[in-house]
Amino acid sequence: MSAGQKLLNWIDDRFPLTASWKAHLSEYYAPKNFNFWYFFGSLALLVLVLQIVTGIFLVMNYQPNAKLAFGSVQFIMRDVDWGWLIRYMHAIGASAFFVVVYLHMFRGLIYGSYRKPRELLWVLGVVIYVALMAESFMGYLLPWGQMSLWGAQVIINLFNSIPVIGPDIGLWIRGDYVVSGATLNRFFSFHVIAVPIVLLALVVAHIIALHEVGSNNPDGIEIKKHKDANGIPLDGIPFHPYYTVKDIVGVAVFLIIFSAFVFFWPSGGGILLEPDNFLPANPLVTPPEIHPLWYFTPFYAILRAIPPMFDSQFPGVVVMGASIVVLFFLPWLDRGAVKSIRYRGGLYKLFLAAFIISFLTLGYLGMQVVTPMNTLLSRIFTVPYFLFFVLMPWYTRVDKTKPEPERVTFKH
Amino acid sequence: MNLLKKLLFLAALLPGLALAETAIPLDHAPVDLNNQASLQRGAKDFVNYCLSCHSAQYMRYSRLEALGLSEKQIQHNLLFTRNKVGDTMTVAMRQDDAKKWFGVAPPDLSVITRALGPNFVYTYLRSFYRDPARPTGWNNALFPNVAMPNVLANLQGDQVAVFKTHVDMVDGKPQKEKTFEHLELVQNGSMTPAQYNAMVGDLVNYLTWMSDPAREQRLHTGVYVMIFLFAFLILAYFLKKEYWKDVH
Repeated sequence: MSAGQKLLNWIDDRFPLTASWKAHLSEYYAPKNFNFWYFFGSLALLVLVLQIVTGIFLVMNYQPNAKLAFGSVQFIMRDVDWGWLIRYMHAIGASAFFVVVYLHMFRGLIYGSYRKPRELLWVLGVVIYVALMAESFMGYLLPWGQMSLWGAQVIINLFNSIPVIGPDIGLWIRGDYVVSGATLNRFFSFHVIAVPIVLLALVVAHIIALHEVGSNNPDGIEIKKHKDANGIPLDGIPFHPYYTVKDIVGVAVFLIIFSAFVFFWPSGGGILLEPDNFLPANPLVTPPEIHPLWYFTPFYAILRAIPPMFDSQFPGVVVMGASIVVLFFLPWLDRGAVKSIRYRGGLYKLFLAAFIISFLTLGYLGMQVVTPMNTLLSRIFTVPYFLFFVLMPWYTRVDKTKPEPERVTFKH
Repeated sequence: MNLLKKLLFLAALLPGLALAETAIPLDHAPVDLNNQASLQRGAKDFVNYCLSCHSAQYMRYSRLEALGLSEKQIQHNLLFTRNKVGDTMTVAMRQDDAKKWFGVAPPDLSVITRALGPNFVYTYLRSFYRDPARPTGWNNALFPNVAMPNVLANLQGDQVAVFKTHVDMVDGKPQKEKTFEHLELVQNGSMTPAQYNAMVGDLVNYLTWMSDPAREQRLHTGVYVMIFLFAFLILAYFLKKEYWKDVH
C-alpha cells in the first residue's frame, strides 16, 4: 500500500473524506441531459467565492468610518497595488451574482425544479436570494457616496411606513435618526460577518438538499425511476468528472464576459457603477434621482406603482414585499401534470412570457425618473407579474400538456 | 433666516442638484486619454488654475509620472506649495473658511468627471457670464447661480447672456418671461475662443485621466487576461469533449 493510500485510510477512519467525495462528486449521479441553463448553479458558487476572496482584500484597506470611507475606496483604487482590480471585481461581482442567480432561478422556473420533491430546495434557494439582497444592499452603503447614502435612506424609510412600530424599527436599523456613521458601522459588520456566514450556511444546506433529492433536468422527469442492477440511474452520470469538466467550460465563458466588464467597461454605462456614487455622501443634498441598483429595480418599480393610501406608503411596501414572498409559495401554486416547459401547453407559456416581460420592463422602469407615463406603465406591468403566481393553480391545471417521455432526451 | 439662506445657497451650489436643471445642452468634450501632450498641458492648467481652491486629495503628484513627466519636472513645474512629490493634491484653504467665503466648500475634483461626466465639466467651464445680481459678479448658464466665479475670465474674456423676453399668460394675467438664448463674448480675453476651448479641452482631458489613473494598467492587463481566458476556454472545451465521448 502506498504512503498516500495509507494516509487516506488513516483519515477515512476518522473523517468521511472518501465517503463525502463519493456522495457529492464521483458517485453523485446527475442527469446526462443538462443544457445551457444548468451552468448557473456552479457559477453562483464561483461568484460567491470571488466575492468572499475580493472582500477579504478590500477589508484590509477599507475604513468603515463616515469621515474616511469614501477616501479609503479611492485609496484602494489608486494607491493599493491591484486595488482597482480587487474593487472592480467585487463591485461588478455583485451584479454578476444577481445575473447568475436570476438565470439560475429562471432555470428552476421553466423546468419545474421547484416541484415535489424539491420544494425545500427551492425554498432554501429563495432564502439565499433574500439573504443576497440584504448582503448587497448593505454592501452598497459602504463606499459612502451619494447613492449609497440616499439609497439606504429611501429603503430604510420603507420600514418607517409600517403602522405604529415603523418609526422605531427605522431608528433601530439605522442606529440614528438619519443614515449616518452609526449605520455605516453596523452595515459593515453585517456585510462582512453576519450575512456571509448565513449565506454560506444556506448554500451548504441548498447543496445538501439537492444531493438528497437529486437534480431535476430539462425534461422534468425523475431519473431515479430507471436504475440498473447496481441501483445507479440509467440516465445518470457521475457529477465528477463529467459535470466538473463541463462546468469548467461554463466558468471560462463566464470569466470572459466578467473580465470584459472589469477590464474594459467597469462602469457599465452608469448601471454597474452609478455616477452619483462618485460624489461623497452628503446628508444636506438630495440627488435629483434616487434608485437602487438594477437588480432591485423591478421591485422598486412595483413599490412606486402602488399609490399611497391613507397618507401612507405602507400599501406599496406590502405589495413589494408580496412580490418577493410569493416566490416561496411557487411549489404549491403549480398544479401542472408535467414539470418542464417542454411538455407544458400554450397557456403556461403565455403566462410565463408575460411574467418575464413584466419583470424586465419593471426593472427598466425602476431605473427611470418618475413621470405619470412611467407610473402608469409600472402599474400595468405589475399586474401580469402577480397574475403569473395568483392564477397559476388554475392555468397549470387546465393547460393542455404533452405526455412526458419515459427516459430523458439526449442527443449526442 | 441666515441659516435658511445658507442652506438654500448650499443646495443650489452642489453639483448633484445641477444635473436636474441642466439649462443648456452639453457640448462634447474632446477627451483623448492617449494624447499625452494634451494631458500634460491639462495637468499644468489644473495646478495653475484649479488647485488653489479645489483639492484633488486622492491624487498623488508622483502619479503624474505616468504622463511622461520626470520627478524633477513635477517638482519644479507643478509643485508650488511645500508639498513633496509623494503627497496628494490638497489645498491650503480650510473647508470652514471656504464655506464662509463662497457659501460652499469647493468640491474635491479627484473623481469629478466620473460623477458629472467630462461633457458637463467642459460645457460648464465655458458657460460663465457676467451677472451683477450675483455676489461674485458671475453666473453660469449650465449651472445657474453657482458659487464659483469665472476664474478663467482673463483668458476667456467676458461673456454675457442673451435672453429672449416673451409674454406668457399666467393665471390669466400677462407676465414677462425670460428664456436663455445664448452666450455672447463682449470683451476678448488673452485667448481666442478656439484657444480657450482647446485649453478647457486639455483641462477636462486631464480631469478625466485623473479620475481613473489606473485605466492604462487596466486595459493593458485586460488584454493579457482575455488572451489567457480564450486559450483556457479552448482547452476546457476539448477536455470536456474528450470526457464526454463515452456518454451516450
